[in-house]
Amino acid sequence: MQEAASIEASVLSAESVSKSFGTVPVLFSVSFDIRAGEVHALIGENGAGKSTLMKILSGFHDTTSGAIRLDGEEIQLPGNGQAEALGIVLIHQELNLAEQMTVTENIFLGRELSRNGLLNRAEMARRVGVMLAEVGLDVSPKARISDLSIAQKQMVEIVKAMSRNARVLIMDEPTAVLTDAETELFFKQVRKLKASGTAIVFVSHKLHEVMEIADRITILRDGQWITTKQTAEFTLDSMAQMMVGRELSDFYPPMNEADVDAEVVLSVRGMTTKNLRNVSFDLRKGEVLGFFGLIGSGRTELFETICCLGEKAAGTVSLSGVESSHASVAEMRDAGIVYLTKDRKEKGLLMEQGMGPNITLLALPRFIRHFMLDRTAEQKALERGIRRFDIRARDPKARARELSGGNQQKLLLAKIMEAEPRIVVIDEPTRGIDVGTKQQIYHFIAALAAEGISVVVISSEMPEIIGICHRVLVMRSGRITGELTGEAINENEIVRYAAGLKEETFRG
Amino acid sequence: MADTIAPQPAARRATSLDIKTLGPAIALILLCVIGFLLNPAFLSEGNITNLLTRSAFIGIIAVGATFVITAGGIDLSVGSMAAVIAGVMIIVMNNTIDTFGTGIATVLIGCFCSIILGLGAGWANGMLTTKGKIEAFIVTLGTMGIFRSLVTYFADGGTLSLDYGIRDTYRPVYYDSFMGLPIPVWVFIMVAIAGWVLLNWTAFGRYCTAIGSNEAVARYSAIKVDRIKTWTYVLQGLCVSLATIIYVPRLGSASSSTGVLWELEAIAAVIIGGTVLKGGYGRIGGTILGALILTTIGNILNFTDVISNYLNGTMQGLIIIVAVWLQRGDWGRKGRTKL
Repeated sequence: MQEAASIEASVLSAESVSKSFGTVPVLFSVSFDIRAGEVHALIGENGAGKSTLMKILSGFHDTTSGAIRLDGEEIQLPGNGQAEALGIVLIHQELNLAEQMTVTENIFLGRELSRNGLLNRAEMARRVGVMLAEVGLDVSPKARISDLSIAQKQMVEIVKAMSRNARVLIMDEPTAVLTDAETELFFKQVRKLKASGTAIVFVSHKLHEVMEIADRITILRDGQWITTKQTAEFTLDSMAQMMVGRELSDFYPPMNEADVDAEVVLSVRGMTTKNLRNVSFDLRKGEVLGFFGLIGSGRTELFETICCLGEKAAGTVSLSGVESSHASVAEMRDAGIVYLTKDRKEKGLLMEQGMGPNITLLALPRFIRHFMLDRTAEQKALERGIRRFDIRARDPKARARELSGGNQQKLLLAKIMEAEPRIVVIDEPTRGIDVGTKQQIYHFIAALAAEGISVVVISSEMPEIIGICHRVLVMRSGRITGELTGEAINENEIVRYAAGLKEETFRG
Repeated sequence: MADTIAPQPAARRATSLDIKTLGPAIALILLCVIGFLLNPAFLSEGNITNLLTRSAFIGIIAVGATFVITAGGIDLSVGSMAAVIAGVMIIVMNNTIDTFGTGIATVLIGCFCSIILGLGAGWANGMLTTKGKIEAFIVTLGTMGIFRSLVTYFADGGTLSLDYGIRDTYRPVYYDSFMGLPIPVWVFIMVAIAGWVLLNWTAFGRYCTAIGSNEAVARYSAIKVDRIKTWTYVLQGLCVSLATIIYVPRLGSASSSTGVLWELEAIAAVIIGGTVLKGGYGRIGGTILGALILTTIGNILNFTDVISNYLNGTMQGLIIIVAVWLQRGDWGRKGRTKL
């Protein structure tokens, strides 16, 4: 199978492609090719040039130099997604679906079936029904996109691409927001597509997934091509090393011992909301407390409710032993607890603003002197944040959207730390960011704990939960189903609690 | 090598920004040059003063609109609001003559009444949008109709006229000058400075921008979104009441045709000035220039026979469309996509 694929000529290839934005070079003579019936993974740190290369391959960017070949012929790809007509489909990380339209309308968008000049809605719905059944997606063709979960939207995007008879399917981190089960289902579809001869480019930060699904792997670093090899020739470690360009020792920081007698800084009792049922737990000073669970288990809702971002039906929140009567995010911030969202783009940062206004937004009252904004203090905060969190921007005036995912996450961290919290809740601290930045963030969390700040880490990534937490609480269906401490934190136990195979009556 | 070329993108950003920010100023200067070429009397002191005074109403209202729009809202009710406030002011003042005579006291009562009404109407718009969770467009479309019909009702379909005694007392507010500038222009200048400080140098202004950029981000950043948004409408109401206070002595009357289309002129001034209609970016300086540009067009058409004065609306419309087209900012950068 593998040999057959390698003999086959490439469907789409880039030859010595370079790209600069203005005078800033981002790709240096990169070559990349993709063959029919193979999955070719493209990996690299944030800012390595993956997105740029994908956009060049799908016509969204033109090249500064170098050639693009389709079926061996040199070609100038049409821009703005019109390369779809040539069978090249890019599925963006930010999904491109019309939120207010139905699944069927989205899938047939721009090439609706009609009969006698009127839309043939019945036929379209029927075909979509068949396609959805094929991929095992259990949603109605009439469902509105805005009512679907992110995972379901992702699958709709894929169905849409398949329905367009894509010859080349380029997917930018399709599994970033999928659960393990959904990822499996998704891979099944990818294998089916592959078997039918589709050429697939797969970008992911999850290296084990790359190992599982890819036939060949190309690694980029700082805009340079590093290597392209058969997957079998890599190990997880060698991939990570080549991406980062250095040994990744001390990936997880050394953990200071948790002080079991430390003061309880946050105590939640009987928290109940629409989806949460009677959740109670304690958080101690200087502790890193992990919250693991499947998507929809209520972890985010729990902490949004604690921070007054959601409605609570019952339950109490006590800060350092005093029951809190705070009703707004601002009051919780002043009481020393802040929540860092997992949704950087929609809830975390003002993407069109510069780094400065973003960094001081949460703690803006600290930057007021005589009723006026203290611009000098704001500038200092920006410099402080950039230094402390190693935020790398092309220029200091760059807007948040121009930063890479990892730098956006660091900016978000800098933003919440300006409020000088005693308790930090970080939801998915490393979603969609590269290994190098992940490591920095882990070390930063450990440093916070060592300073006596309490950190709650909500994560769907098992290794990081195990690697950085003193204690782990597992949630399922709006309840805490298990607690693991120190040496007892292991993958097996966590999974059993998360999947509902094991449950203890947990009282915080 | 890398060091020598690195600063260039920043420089390019600065120049493209400058074209955007300077655009309205350049347009205004061009208009003035055209006006002068068509008729040198355009730049006479009398005409300039007249032009500034006339810009004051729309300008003051547009300063308020800048906040509403920057925070992602819209207020269509300002023209009707001005009319109903003017109407009520006149009724109140006429009815207090018996008690307080035709002196300053009566005028002050009228002004006080105007401010209370402005704040109240703005607050109502704000609460309906935030607590009532109704689109600002719909809320203010509704209140626009309500205010307009109320003034027609109060005037019984005709015109409300201010008592001639009070007119004499109140007249200076529109017609007198202080240090060579008419009073309305001073009010305009003060409102503009206050608005500029508020938008650029206070937490309130920053919060407006944040909310207009992304409400969810604002909420997660501990900003009391509903409260700030309501305040923008209250501020808009206050601006309308100030504009009305200097407008009433001009004609001394109010009718159902008072303030017609002011909302569109105010919004146009804001947009010409570079504020983004969908929110997240606002410029008070631009708004002021926008108001001046709109008035200048009308003024030039009055001065010349080349284009009929009836085409005033056409010219304003063209200017608005061109302004927004220029501000899109990606002309001349065809093919370049965002990173």
